[in-house]
Amino acid sequence: MKKVYVREEYCIGCHLCEVYCVMAHSRYPHDLLKAFKKGDPLPLPRLWVEEKGPLTFAFQCRHCEEPHCVSACITGALQKDTTTGVVTCEQERCVGCWTCVLACTYGAIRRDTKNGKMVKCDLCSNWGEPPACVYYCPNEALIFVERGE
Amino acid sequence: MEYVIVGNSAAAVGAVEGIRSVDQKGKITLISKEPYHTYSRPLISYYLAGKVTAEKMFYRPLDFYERNRVRALLGKEAVALDAVNKVLTVRELRDDSVQEIAFDKLLLATGSKPFLPPIDGLGKKKVFTFLSFDDARAISSVAVPGARAVVIGGGLIGLKAAEALTTIGVQVTVVELGSWILNTILDQHAALIVQNHLERQGIRFLLQTTCEEVLGNDEVEAVKLNNGAILNCDFVVIAVGVRPNTELVQGTLLKVNKGVVVDQRMQTNLPDIYAAGDVAEGYDLIYGKQRVLPVLPIAYKQGKTAGINMAGGEKEFPGGFPMNSIGFFGLSINTAGLIEPGGDGWEVLVKEEQRRQVYKKIILHQVRIVGFIILNEIDRSGILTGLMSERVSVGDFKESLLETPGLVNLPDGLRHARQFGGAQ
Ligand SMILES: Cc1cc2nc3c(=O)[nH]c(=O)nc-3n(C[C@H](O)[C@H](O)[C@H](O)COP(=O)(O)OP(=O)(O)OC[C@H]3O[C@@H](n4cnc5c(N)ncnc54)[C@H](O)[C@@H]3O)c2cc1C
Repeated sequence: MKKVYVREEYCIGCHLCEVYCVMAHSRYPHDLLKAFKKGDPLPLPRLWVEEKGPLTFAFQCRHCEEPHCVSACITGALQKDTTTGVVTCEQERCVGCWTCVLACTYGAIRRDTKNGKMVKCDLCSNWGEPPACVYYCPNEALIFVERGE
Repeated sequence: MEYVIVGNSAAAVGAVEGIRSVDQKGKITLISKEPYHTYSRPLISYYLAGKVTAEKMFYRPLDFYERNRVRALLGKEAVALDAVNKVLTVRELRDDSVQEIAFDKLLLATGSKPFLPPIDGLGKKKVFTFLSFDDARAISSVAVPGARAVVIGGGLIGLKAAEALTTIGVQVTVVELGSWILNTILDQHAALIVQNHLERQGIRFLLQTTCEEVLGNDEVEAVKLNNGAILNCDFVVIAVGVRPNTELVQGTLLKVNKGVVVDQRMQTNLPDIYAAGDVAEGYDLIYGKQRVLPVLPIAYKQGKTAGINMAGGEKEFPGGFPMNSIGFFGLSINTAGLIEPGGDGWEVLVKEEQRRQVYKKIILHQVRIVGFIILNEIDRSGILTGLMSERVSVGDFKESLLETPGLVNLPDGLRHARQFGGAQ
């Protein structure tokens, strides 16, 4: 399946991927200004920009073939879509036990402690293709491709 | 092909999904003595606390059996196994009628049963265990605000019950035999932090104490402790541990240790019979031997592995280790593997911040992570889980392990593998 990959040598650590990820998951998914001005409460970004010295890169869910988070989910809220391969969480059924946080060996799951729910990358399934982080990455550090694992 | 699954929880559901990933045609019959659609066992404490309704307890959507073409026989108990002729005897719990079901491949996914300690008077009314939806519903009916409860056992299940009961206004006393609570997953230091936190919410603890007798005529009125004290109460919850539910296979040709003995394909010593979940002994990566690993993620994975193999696929359970993510009144706990170091070749990394109730302890053996305890600062803890299950030598970046984990701290090779990962 197509996934988001980072080319860390091109990442300049601008964090725009996070900004547009927030927009794409807000109440105004196509309007950056409204999303941030009126979208309160703002959703959390579903990816992480990691930085250490000159090294920076964005990182999000790998939508694993055999996702540890799905096996670990105590409620059944996390599922891998059998046709698209996207790993998503049915938010109403998440109870914030954080077992997925402990299980995901990529550390790709974020805790929304305000709402007591986990959030993760959904590959912008309801937004468009490519995902917002890729679409708005100014340096093409993020790419959306099939690598045929 | 006739597949028969005994059980209807994480391991059984994993098996259904495993079988169907390989074989769309074979017939699947699933038998469970609980008369409910598959539900999440850990959610019973959320139900008791009023945080989750009955409909939200379901572990899979309501069309799960239909979509996977499973004949679900709910409210029926498997009472005898003829492993030689491959026949199961099943009793209908409503009317005691009995039927025989033949199988080509059988999965035992019968899970755990509560361990009942030798205490006099356990047969009295209002003495409960806390393992099933029915248990939670029964406790719900007596757990009115102001009621007094004694929870026997300060482990995970006992404390989840105590938290839920406190939330709905019950006064709870926890009686624990050990020197500290949660002693299978926490060291004494972490346990004290958690205990203080629970005490602030109104839970009372009696450590190094046991209950000798449940007092009362027909119904519980008090418990008598080993120090002679008498504790008045309206009901009792027994939560001193669970045991693999191996009853069905006792006296058969199946090899049973503490749990049913299986190989890495989850097959028992008989070729067409498999076992998975809390009832089985899976491979513990850290101990390096077969052990009962009674946590849900492992039950699901083992069930799925068994299902794939039953259907003619090839899959090995790569091994696992106990890991738990639990919370009590907003305090989050993540633990995995071992909690105390041994002698030579061991190292312990510790960080503590009392004000925020943060505690982090990582145990290394021969520069590999073999266990950790984290209170509160649990973000991205799975990165540690991954280093642990992959047996990565962490010598080069040990200092960074106590920070919030990030891929940025990993050596280039490991980091790139993760950036391009996903296929496992
Ligand atoms: C209160 C509580 C909280 C928990 N919290 C967590 C948690 O946060 N994280 C975690 O990882 N784990 C947790 N656990 C443990 C977790 O629930 C188990 O590890 C998991 O449910 C094991 O799944 P299983 O499929 O092996 O068996 P079980 O869930 O025990 O299910 C066994 C099934 O077999 C059926 N059955 C048994 N015998 C027969 C028979 N003879 N005939 C027919 N049917 C039979 C039962 O009806 C049931 O459907 C918790 C457990 C409890 C009780």
